[in-house]
Amino acid sequence: MKVTLKNLTKIFPNKKTKSEVIAVNNFDYVIEDGELIGLLGPSGCGKSTTLNLLSGLLEPTSGSIFFGDDDVTMLPAESRGVGLVFQNYALYPHLTVLQNITFPLENRKGKDKLSKEQMVEMATEVARLVQIDGLLDRKPSELSGGQQQRVAIARALVKKPRILLLDEPLSNLDARLRLQTREELRRIQRSTGITTVFVTHDQEEAMSISDKIVVMKDGVVHQTGAPQEVYDDPINYFVATFLGTPPINCFDGCVKDGKISIGDEAIMDCAGVSDREVIVAIRPEGFSLDGDEKQVFTCELSRVEVMGRDMSVVAMHEKCKSPLIRAIIDSDNLKNLNGDKVVFGLKPHKLFIFEKESGERIRF
Amino acid sequence: MKFKNLKAWLYLLPAVLFLGVFMLYPLVDVIIYSFEEGYNSASQTYFGVGGYNYQYVLNDPYFLQALKNTFILVLITVPLSTALSLVISVALSSIKRLRSWFQTLYFLPYVTNTLAVGLVFMILFDQRSQDSIGLINTLLSYVGVDPIDFINGPYWAKMLVLSLYTVWIVMPFKILILTSSLASVDEIYYNAAKVDGTPRWRVFTKITLPMISPTLFYLIITGFIGAFKAYSDAVALFGTNLNANEMNTIVGYIYDMLYGDSGGFPSYASAAAVILFIVVLTITVINLLVSKKNVHY
Repeated sequence: MKVTLKNLTKIFPNKKTKSEVIAVNNFDYVIEDGELIGLLGPSGCGKSTTLNLLSGLLEPTSGSIFFGDDDVTMLPAESRGVGLVFQNYALYPHLTVLQNITFPLENRKGKDKLSKEQMVEMATEVARLVQIDGLLDRKPSELSGGQQQRVAIARALVKKPRILLLDEPLSNLDARLRLQTREELRRIQRSTGITTVFVTHDQEEAMSISDKIVVMKDGVVHQTGAPQEVYDDPINYFVATFLGTPPINCFDGCVKDGKISIGDEAIMDCAGVSDREVIVAIRPEGFSLDGDEKQVFTCELSRVEVMGRDMSVVAMHEKCKSPLIRAIIDSDNLKNLNGDKVVFGLKPHKLFIFEKESGERIRF
Repeated sequence: MKFKNLKAWLYLLPAVLFLGVFMLYPLVDVIIYSFEEGYNSASQTYFGVGGYNYQYVLNDPYFLQALKNTFILVLITVPLSTALSLVISVALSSIKRLRSWFQTLYFLPYVTNTLAVGLVFMILFDQRSQDSIGLINTLLSYVGVDPIDFINGPYWAKMLVLSLYTVWIVMPFKILILTSSLASVDEIYYNAAKVDGTPRWRVFTKITLPMISPTLFYLIITGFIGAFKAYSDAVALFGTNLNANEMNTIVGYIYDMLYGDSGGFPSYASAAAVILFIVVLTITVINLLVSKKNVHY
């Protein structure tokens, strides 16, 4: 099911201060059929509001939503046929897993009404898909977090929804389970081919399983696209800093005479850019010590963390916006490190410059 | 090890002392009195030991009347007040405007003096003379019903007023507890049900009721216990001479046996108290057994 969002806006009035909060501002986007979309942003960016607008639990202030060619903007949640997985799963604690999964089916009326056997059969089928078919008689309280999450997905899938919505689906799981479950999520989405939107604040999670990501902040969509595209080509300072682990390293710098400088060092050419103050951002993997690039950027060496294949060179620079710089470098080049200074080479495609005030990307 | 035990007992001492003196000792004492024939608290003497007190009480027509009244009262008021409170609480929770205003209104009877409310009920239902009849009888006269003496008239009329009065008195507390219980059901379950297109009645029976079932059963159990111990409500409406009015309750009977005009029989009072205790205990145990099957979590 293709989903189209047109100028979608949601404004929450605040009665106490008589002011307004624009939770979602002019959201324009098309989700192609069968895509897995990650809505990504810091908390309070409007991503959950967007999801609730899609589910119909909230009504938009303006704009419209289409499922395929149907305008569903004014359709209440119960008529939209969406499957929604809540952050804390919202499993009914007094019902068994099976009863939880069949709950949406029992709501059907008239000619869609199903027999008990049909419902159990459909429930068992989705339970098998999410691999909880051995747990159908249990109560939610007798399940682990990961199992509860699968039950929630099964309950959302059993009614064959037009789109599947997931609100922070992995945030209640521990780190290992999260890794495992996100693969699982991807597998389930692939095998059902259902158009899926999920919300997360964890960029790694979004990057790893989404077909496309939508990066939001303060209700505004900053950038959309395939995860790698967005990572490699951020359109502004916020997107650059929000994506990537370890985070991108940012420095106060300037452009002078067609060269980018940090402190006294001119680190790269940028022909055609007029002189101004900029923020220089370098991805951790944008540093090198192998001598292919010109060694131009001098930092104070703090320590080296070797982690098998790669090593992290932790350094400091007075112009850096954070106390420490983290560079990820092939461990073969360990020998190039000595003394208390380190001189890095820089990879041009991993270095971005942004306007100091607006944070807009300056291309060169 | 021994020292540890000693310390534990030391910590328990205040509670043990308190419960022992004010709960356990009186309970045991009442049971003992109930088997002592003709016990006199002034002279601390009695004739003999046996089941005579129980035999007397169980054959006393006043006690049987009180037992009957109490049971009728329990069977009418507990289900009625609980069901009505549930309806009102659900209605209250589903409105936004004026909710706190209504909540206050419904809670007022709870903070009003029982006897004052009793007086109001007496005036409402009164039929003293032909020219000054109460509001209810006035209303009845509009639909062509002859005035009924609710306070001194037929048994069913008096029981009706007492039941209505009891329901009226116990409802505010139940509404208060139920509205807060309803409010504590996480909104997310309703959202989940909404997304799945669940009809409202099914949401209520399949989600709301199970979620508030612990509270509901708490109210039913305490409601039963409270109704079995009814006394002041009857006094508020019919005065202290309840036996003459056929409106006595078990607690009223116990009181009369101790201090009433026909009083001075602590042995009979004790026997009646023990019978009440056994009845309440039995009903509560049955309640708990039923609730175990039906209350979730």
